[in-house]
Amino acid sequence: MNSVPQPGGRAASAPLMGHETEPTLFEMSVANRSAYQLRTTGVPASALSELVPAAHLNTEIVPVAEVSERDLVAHFTRLSHRQFSVDLGMYPLGSCTMKYNPKFCDAIASDPGLNAVHPGAPASLSQGWLEILVTLEEKLCAVTGMSAATLQPAAGAAGELTGLLLMRAYHESNGDDRRRVLIPDSAHGTNPASVTLGGYEVTTVPSNDRGLVDLEALKGALGSDVAGIMLTNPNTVGLFEEEITGIAKAVHDVGGLLYYDGANLNAILGAVRPGDMGFDIVHMNLHKTFATPHGGGGPGAGPVAVAAHLVDFLPGPKATRVGDGYFNWVAPSRSIGRVHGWHGNALVLARALAYIDVHGGDGLTRVAQHAVLNANWLRHRLRAILPAAYDRVCMHECTLTATPLKNKYGVRGLDVAKALLEEGFHSPTVYFPLIVEEALMFEPTETESVQTLESLAQALERIAQRAKDDPDSLRRAPQSTPVSRVDEARAARQLIATADSARSS
Amino acid sequence: MADYLPHTDDDVQSMLAFLGIESLDDLFAHIPQAIRLANGLDLADGMSEPDVAAIFAGYTSANKAKATAMTCFAGGGAYDHEVPAVVKMLSNRSEFVTAYTPYQPEVAQGVLQAIFEYQTLVARLSGLAIPNASLYDAATALVEALNMASGATGRQKMVVSSGVHPHWRAVARTFARGTGHQIVEVPLRDGVTDWASIDVTDAAAVVAAYPNYLGVLEDLSEAKGLATACDALFVVGADPVAAGVLKTAGQWGADVFVGEGQAFGTPLSFGGPYLGLFACTQAQVRRLPGRIVGETVDSSDRRAFVTTLRAREQDIRREKATSNVCTNQTLMAVTAAIQLGWLGTFGLREVATRCAQGAHYLFDELLALDGVEALSTQPFFREFAVRLAKPADQVIAAMAESNVLAGLSVGALCAGADPSVDGNVDDVLLVTVTERRTKDEIDHYVNVLREALTR
Repeated sequence: MNSVPQPGGRAASAPLMGHETEPTLFEMSVANRSAYQLRTTGVPASALSELVPAAHLNTEIVPVAEVSERDLVAHFTRLSHRQFSVDLGMYPLGSCTMKYNPKFCDAIASDPGLNAVHPGAPASLSQGWLEILVTLEEKLCAVTGMSAATLQPAAGAAGELTGLLLMRAYHESNGDDRRRVLIPDSAHGTNPASVTLGGYEVTTVPSNDRGLVDLEALKGALGSDVAGIMLTNPNTVGLFEEEITGIAKAVHDVGGLLYYDGANLNAILGAVRPGDMGFDIVHMNLHKTFATPHGGGGPGAGPVAVAAHLVDFLPGPKATRVGDGYFNWVAPSRSIGRVHGWHGNALVLARALAYIDVHGGDGLTRVAQHAVLNANWLRHRLRAILPAAYDRVCMHECTLTATPLKNKYGVRGLDVAKALLEEGFHSPTVYFPLIVEEALMFEPTETESVQTLESLAQALERIAQRAKDDPDSLRRAPQSTPVSRVDEARAARQLIATADSARSS
Repeated sequence: MADYLPHTDDDVQSMLAFLGIESLDDLFAHIPQAIRLANGLDLADGMSEPDVAAIFAGYTSANKAKATAMTCFAGGGAYDHEVPAVVKMLSNRSEFVTAYTPYQPEVAQGVLQAIFEYQTLVARLSGLAIPNASLYDAATALVEALNMASGATGRQKMVVSSGVHPHWRAVARTFARGTGHQIVEVPLRDGVTDWASIDVTDAAAVVAAYPNYLGVLEDLSEAKGLATACDALFVVGADPVAAGVLKTAGQWGADVFVGEGQAFGTPLSFGGPYLGLFACTQAQVRRLPGRIVGETVDSSDRRAFVTTLRAREQDIRREKATSNVCTNQTLMAVTAAIQLGWLGTFGLREVATRCAQGAHYLFDELLALDGVEALSTQPFFREFAVRLAKPADQVIAAMAESNVLAGLSVGALCAGADPSVDGNVDDVLLVTVTERRTKDEIDHYVNVLREALTR
């Protein structure tokens, strides 16, 4: 058996990454050009001035754009050629789980039987949707080891805040006024931001030299005013918090609750469940673990599952199995209320259910195994040029450091990340988590072949060689991409947020 | 073994050998045995795509209300607008669909420029200078507006018209549990906000809806005057389709605009993913929630776009961030830019006008029926509420038998009595007409409602 595979494909082989600046829709606009076509309705065409009092009508015409359908297609197609995506190539962004998004799940979501249903239709006329929501809730509970879940939160951060409001409602129902929530120093920024919006204060818990929560420091920070702790496990360094049961006991002993940030759930599917670790509240990022496409920054979905003692507080109304084969909307008895305008990002939820059904329990277990295998293979393969911040078995992602390249050649992690774009790979996550110097966090995911991983490794070896031979070229990288490094300071100093913003140079 | 994993058994073996370990399980050996799942997940084994598709066919056939089978007159923030093939196909391009948040601008100019174009359109339709790159939906956009108002004024009292959609108000109440905001809901009289009934002193925000959720066009001058008098931010939740012809939020003096962008190219989708529209004045730019894209240049002085004013955001400012938003609804924002590009300046006006024409035609026909009364005497735009001689949910169920989705029960929307409606809320039906509804469909609606009321 050959231990080093042949390299596979990379996005540098893709034919088009547009280098020309594309005009904006507004720059392409020509008076009296149009693309729209509407249905012939036969409805009497009364003048708007007869229907609406003049005081409400805008005396000015709000300009949108005036383009032909052909120009519209060309414009957005050309924009798409200036965009990296999972479909184009490997996207090893740590903490983001950019796995392949099965086309089948998109096809499920584009069926009019799902996407043409009004969210306010009576339950009797949308039974299929309610069954989807109930079924997904049950399956997510099986994956996490929890009792019930809300599917309303539209993204991970929305799930976090929902979880904190559940924590608050629980303590308040016990007449218990608590002020603080503990967060490890390695946490995602959404955690502390959500804590503030949940009406709590953040207490930061330091990590130890193994990259894990320092249990003694944690115990020192605990007290009867602690509402709970938010933990990611495996944590944001990609390591499993081995003392999790000790952490859970310590927090529960002071009456606090444990919140599980599901950003890294992909690592543990079928191996261990948050509920069995002692967590009370769990959010999941369906756009990570359950492969729903990220859409260039959303939509996501951030369902929150809870243990039995929190079920009554869940947001509502909630799709509920009320009889043999019948489903209805039911508000939990002490519900915190709605956290979304309707029922959550329903089409994302349907995609996730299709993904779970295709994989099943056996497939999801294999997902985690292969994700962890890939991360460890990459960590091991790269150890000569980018050592791991904590050199032992990692979970689904590996946090490496560019410190040797920085010390020897003055090449920073950011330079490595930018040079990787020239090589046809998306960058890893850089400078996160904050506790690792020159961090480069790679999450290959389970859907990349070993040939693709080898291609990535060879690209990084070429970059390491360039660091030695021509470090300046790395500081100027990337050059072969649609644009080179952008002037971020100028963007912030002189905000141009629309095509109508005043420009002065 | 139906899944999307590439590794062959040989791959796995050679990778394990490379790592110097025996089995996949060795990779999990450091997880304490006491908490390991002994027997795997309690889920059925995987199925092939066609087998799963067969299960979903059962779900879709049980969704009797789908707009392909039932003519949709339901609105209330979710509208059955035309989405042409060109918009579906462009917005489904996998470069947009399968990209991550544009953190590496060198390879994300496509999404960044599309968001910039979206932001331009939101600014124009809102009449406010500073848009953001999208929020989850209108309800959560309102919550962000209230947080912004609290930050701007240091106050907690939010005076909210009950003409604001009941679900948006419900969401605001939920998040107030954490922020400590005091939500004061102002009743409607004859469909119009009775601002005089509420003391707005010490308000952080005065919130109005335009048109309000019952369809009524309220004169917002009084609300603006109250906001100015108490130094509160004036927040307007406006229908962005109506903004094609009506006064913009900015023209009414709004400091913050929020809206639901689903109408721009996103199907009904059972309520999500939708698109939270948000824009504010220049004065509030440092308090803006979520991402914003700005124009700049690259190192060769070529125009480039990048997410900017990042120091406000959660990954940098952490517990002091203006919002916890990270993932937003970018794909829906890109879709909105494409749909608006397709509609263009005059197509948007045409859609808005046809909605108003259809709604007024149906309204006049319905008032001629026995058992139907207008809820309000005030002007409306594309949506209206009527009081029926029977409970609205019964009428909706009866009309569904004739394949008409009659509208929304206001009692169901409000989950009971509400300050927006005098008297019994369960008899009130909220009806919408979009540009997709023909005269024949509207006439059919009238006949079917007549039958439902006389049955």
